[in-house]
Amino acid sequence: MSVNRRDGASAPVVTGVGVVSPNGIGVEAYWKAVLAGSSGIGEISRFDTDGYASGIGGEIKGFDPAEHLPSRLVPQTDRMTRLALVAAEQTLADADLDPRSLPDFAVGVVTAASAGGMEFGQREMEALWSKGGAYVSSYQAFAWFYPVNTGQISIRHGMRGASSAVVTEQAGGLDAVAKAGRHIDQGTPHMLAGGVDSALCPWGWLCMSRSGRLSTVADPDRAYLPFDTDASGHVPGEGGALLVLEDPEAAERRGARKRYGAVVGHASTFDPRPGSGREPGLRRAIEAALDQARVGAGDIDVVFADASGVPDLDRQEAEALAAVFGPRGVPVTAPKSMTGRLLAGGASLDLATALLALRDEVVPPTVNVTSPAYGDLIDLVLDQPRECSLTYALVVARGYGGFNSVMVVRR
Amino acid sequence: MVTGIGVVAPGGIGTKQYWELLTAGRTATRTISQFDASAFRSRVAAECDFDPVASGLSQREIRAWDRTTQFAVVAAREALADSGVLGVSDPYRTGVMVGTACGMTQSLDHEYAVVSDEGKKWHVDDAHGSPYLYDYFAPSSMAAELAWIVDAQGPVGVVSTGCTSGIDVLGHAADLVADGTADVMLSGASDAAISPITVACFDAIRATTPRNDDPGTASRPFDRTRNGFALGEGTAILVLEEYGHARRRGAHVYAEISGHATRANAYSMTGLRADGRELAEAITTALDRARVNPGDLDYINAHGSSTKQNDLHETMAYKRSLGEHAYATPISSIKSMIGHSLGAICSLEVAASVLAIEHGVIPPTANLHEPDPDCDLDYVPVTAREQRCDTVLSVASGFGGFQSAIVLTAPERAAA
Repeated sequence: MSVNRRDGASAPVVTGVGVVSPNGIGVEAYWKAVLAGSSGIGEISRFDTDGYASGIGGEIKGFDPAEHLPSRLVPQTDRMTRLALVAAEQTLADADLDPRSLPDFAVGVVTAASAGGMEFGQREMEALWSKGGAYVSSYQAFAWFYPVNTGQISIRHGMRGASSAVVTEQAGGLDAVAKAGRHIDQGTPHMLAGGVDSALCPWGWLCMSRSGRLSTVADPDRAYLPFDTDASGHVPGEGGALLVLEDPEAAERRGARKRYGAVVGHASTFDPRPGSGREPGLRRAIEAALDQARVGAGDIDVVFADASGVPDLDRQEAEALAAVFGPRGVPVTAPKSMTGRLLAGGASLDLATALLALRDEVVPPTVNVTSPAYGDLIDLVLDQPRECSLTYALVVARGYGGFNSVMVVRR
Repeated sequence: MVTGIGVVAPGGIGTKQYWELLTAGRTATRTISQFDASAFRSRVAAECDFDPVASGLSQREIRAWDRTTQFAVVAAREALADSGVLGVSDPYRTGVMVGTACGMTQSLDHEYAVVSDEGKKWHVDDAHGSPYLYDYFAPSSMAAELAWIVDAQGPVGVVSTGCTSGIDVLGHAADLVADGTADVMLSGASDAAISPITVACFDAIRATTPRNDDPGTASRPFDRTRNGFALGEGTAILVLEEYGHARRRGAHVYAEISGHATRANAYSMTGLRADGRELAEAITTALDRARVNPGDLDYINAHGSSTKQNDLHETMAYKRSLGEHAYATPISSIKSMIGHSLGAICSLEVAASVLAIEHGVIPPTANLHEPDPDCDLDYVPVTAREQRCDTVLSVASGFGGFQSAIVLTAPERAAA
């Protein structure tokens, strides 16, 4: 399979990371929680889940937007945009990147979205249907739509370069970063990219429950058990991560201090129609990403799994990993067992986590899994972090409907 | 290379009907019929006379899919039949990229009204929602349906950048072909969001036209009397194909996507600065990437949304990026005829640009009788113009600050 090759010298480097997660706001708070195996999953408190089959999720607690954002931005934004704006500010600060100090079109932003600002949208649809069209907010036109985080981040920080938004469900968190890499190749040297998402309102919850993939187990420690014999689906969460990606020479020129790693390979594939009996596209995506990174399976030191929690999908993933890396051929982990699946934000957070793992040469654990179902196929890192030499990490993301996205990062 | 075109548009289902409407200068704007809009400020829209059964959809598809997906599937089937690529391309090297501004808004609006008992309950009712709600929540479901039709197992996704989606998604799909990731991409944009929540949110910011007494002339780009855009709906899906792949199988090539670019204005989620700087930058970059000089342009398919703010911004952007050539190049806005279908419109505009190259006809700006004195370029009023078009620019400007441009060129250039 021929793919766009990215040689090591020109691969974009990650120079800044920002995280908003159920188990920590800020990169270091999050990373500390992850290494400690500290979970942010609990009973949903934002609204009453009585009457719904599921009531467990990963909420970001104690987040007061007024503490973080100018007062004019609060009424015009959904919660997911407020969280994204906080993550963007952190990420740019971490990268020491001030877009206004750079040439006019030098900085762009690509975010991933799943459904737009659902809580804001629910409030406005409530006004429309109960009171009438005249009661709909003048912010609704852009608070709900998919690229709202891109637009608001671009405006707040003066980023005028090539910008976009992608919507590939839970694969989007990697696809956005890959698209940002293309923008760099096409002449926008500094990019902010990733996903921050939330749909924790009754309307979003009802829609998500129709995916048929939410766990109905009421115990927060037993609801999301990827790769476990008791796997029963996943729990949704909110948050995600943003990263600053730069052309390595441009990063050097502006004197960027940090290098978390380089994005050296990516591939997206799509599964054949369900029921066709043909092999899912995940193995091909992994192989194509390795090919683009110009590394072999043996070079990968750790895999961050998609970890669906749906038994059939878990098995597919375990089989694909075993087919490429050999049975138990590489440590596999799913720190999202501590956050839930963050819609379009989850894969970006996994990517950020992978970069932190490379930085500190430690694989963060998967929690709550007590009875691994595919122990003969994958070496799942359980309960305790595992220290080992790490150079390359591979991140897997799969989206509802058949989307596969795989990214390779190098220390 | 564009080797197939499929269209669902106001006033015409199918590419042939669409082109007839545009070149006749007929308008498809009318009083909204899809729901009772009598309580709203703007009650005008360009609607598609779309009969899903006559368009070949099954009862199951009609029940399961939002109108946006139905449009996309019908247009995709036409584009595939037109190109003859179905069954010929390698599934692993075939992909789908679709754009949308509003996704499945119509179904979400309708379903919300049901499960909330018309807005009375914040705690929505689990017992009465559609089984397809998650497909409406996640618009990537539309890309999945198209992927299954063409058996695409390469890159599949959705690019959503509001009213520039249709250009940005085609540009991204063209990149995937150009860099060797795929041989064939099915790509375009779809929106069918003529629904109470959409009408209400544009009413709230007075973006849409209140010309309810004369719906047929409601969209008047570059005219002194314009007073807002007319909402529209529709879809255009194109087959993009690697040049050698198309040539080897003897496919008809309509045109080449030879350059595109997007920039952000970092200014306002809805507003535009009059200087048009960011759009001008997108135009200049797209021309550079296409290796086209401003003087080479035969036609510009405008954003022309029929708002004063846009018309001035856009006119300035042309002057800034094209210099004296801005005055010599014919420019027209087909939104005058088919309204503003949000994310879908720029894929419909790209389709029109491709057809202008194919047929050597420039569609007009309908309803342009009293030019705004500040819009002093050649906006091709009222009547189509027969003229050879080898190089066409299409532009878009949208909420979120996105400014995009794409360059289409005649296929002979690629052969040369």
